[in-house]
Amino acid sequence: MLKDITLGQFFPGDTIVHRLDPRTKILLVLLYIVALFLAVGWLGYGLSVLALVGGMALSKITPRNLFKGLKPLIFIISLTAAINLFYTGGTPILPGWIVTWEGIDRALKMVLRIVLLVTGTFLLTYTTSPMALTDGLELLMKPLKKVRFPVHEMTIMMSMALRFIPTLIEETDRIISAQRARGADFETGGLIRRAKALLPILVPLIVSAFNRAYDLATAMESRCYHGGEGRTRMKQLKLKRVDFAALALGAAYMTAAVLLRNYGI
Amino acid sequence: MAEIQVEDLRHVYSPGTPFERTAIEAVNLALPQGQFVGVIGHTGSGKSTFIQHLNALLLPSGGRVLSAGEDINRDKKSRRDIKWKVGLVFQYPEYQLFAETVYEDIAFGPRNMGLSVEQVDERVREAAGFVGVSELFERSPLELSGGQKRRIAVAGVIAMRPEVLVLDEPTAGLDPEGCAQIMANIRAYREKTGATVIIVSHDMDGAAALTERLLVFDKGRLVMDGPPEEIFSQPGRLTAMGLDVPRPTAIALALEARGVQLQGPVYTHEQLTNAILRAYRDKEGGRTPC
Repeated sequence: MLKDITLGQFFPGDTIVHRLDPRTKILLVLLYIVALFLAVGWLGYGLSVLALVGGMALSKITPRNLFKGLKPLIFIISLTAAINLFYTGGTPILPGWIVTWEGIDRALKMVLRIVLLVTGTFLLTYTTSPMALTDGLELLMKPLKKVRFPVHEMTIMMSMALRFIPTLIEETDRIISAQRARGADFETGGLIRRAKALLPILVPLIVSAFNRAYDLATAMESRCYHGGEGRTRMKQLKLKRVDFAALALGAAYMTAAVLLRNYGI
Repeated sequence: MAEIQVEDLRHVYSPGTPFERTAIEAVNLALPQGQFVGVIGHTGSGKSTFIQHLNALLLPSGGRVLSAGEDINRDKKSRRDIKWKVGLVFQYPEYQLFAETVYEDIAFGPRNMGLSVEQVDERVREAAGFVGVSELFERSPLELSGGQKRRIAVAGVIAMRPEVLVLDEPTAGLDPEGCAQIMANIRAYREKTGATVIIVSHDMDGAAALTERLLVFDKGRLVMDGPPEEIFSQPGRLTAMGLDVPRPTAIALALEARGVQLQGPVYTHEQLTNAILRAYRDKEGGRTPC
């Protein structure tokens, strides 16, 4: 059941999107997010949908895998939709009703915005290995070092966190199985009972996470890790022609988004 | 007392994704009550997947698992009830310990069964007795040694009084003393209750000496199923699957290669000693050494 969690998962592949430089992909996703928030009219949203579908087709990620990641968000999405639906003033769809035409319009746009936001970022993590992703981030944030921002420390923490998500999921799965074998029941009962039922999972999980962290720190130190100072990397990132082409496309997309916003469509 | 039957069992992980993988298929067997069964196979051969079907932790992608003639995956209730009947001890079970005291941890299973306070107490004391941790009741399970933790985790499953006890690598990572202790505990439980015991192991010497039946998994299929003497009489097949033979069998094979013919099945140290003595006697014309 936990295997369905797709956060930070990477689907290896050899498409043009997979081969793009991680920096290019991060920048493109940032542009995509900004464009998404610039959108006001349906044409603006249509542009973002187009970008997502294009990325999806080029990366050969199936819509099923992409939308599977939305499952945990269903509650938030429905809540957003409901609030917008019922609390937007305007013309009621029927005389005397709370629901207005404006409310429907807004609710649909908000849902679309969340879905596009999440699936767009998933497209990045699905096609970029965690290693490449943090390498790209570190290089992009390098200028921040000037203001003493601990860029290397941040990115290595992030890459370790990403690296251990699958491990922890596996571990959680194992603990859940072990407790279920002892008759633990996580599916029935009220809220308090269910929260209490989590204890036999959380305690062993936290204990083992701490032990793992100690072991990892020892293993890193014994291999002479001492921070990012003077550290070189095995895979040098280099922007290729396809990256510049992709960035140019991104710039065009951004211009279109700004124009659409100015015309309010 | 129940017999477990497995019919045409198949399990596929992550169906419909790039990670799709068939872990086991076409597994057919029956496990009569009271048998001591060993499950051997290379890493990834499907043995761990197989045992998790015995108490309905994993749902079959195809085929059925029957207990006393009834499908254990019939409904939600049957899937839960089978967990008391078939106790499963995972690999490194000490990772499941969570309660503040050893007593509370062992009581977790019996409490989930909905037993009364007295019944729970009786079960906890009995289970702790089997594994010899009765003097540790008030301690925190997290501050104990590896071997002690392992035995407490086993007690946590035994406390449900399962008719079938399944253990995944119960001795992995323990020192020789801890190994011997845990195996003695398991034997004691079986002798006292007549339970079926199924042990997944990579330790061929132990598997050969203790069990009366061996299941050999290879690439998701049950490829051999029989008494140890039959399985270990085909060392070629085992090594082809990347499995070892017990050390006594290996020594017998090495002697055979040098022209010493030993008689009968050889897979325990005792059999090896006797077979060598017999061969020696035959050669010396009836004179016993020593």
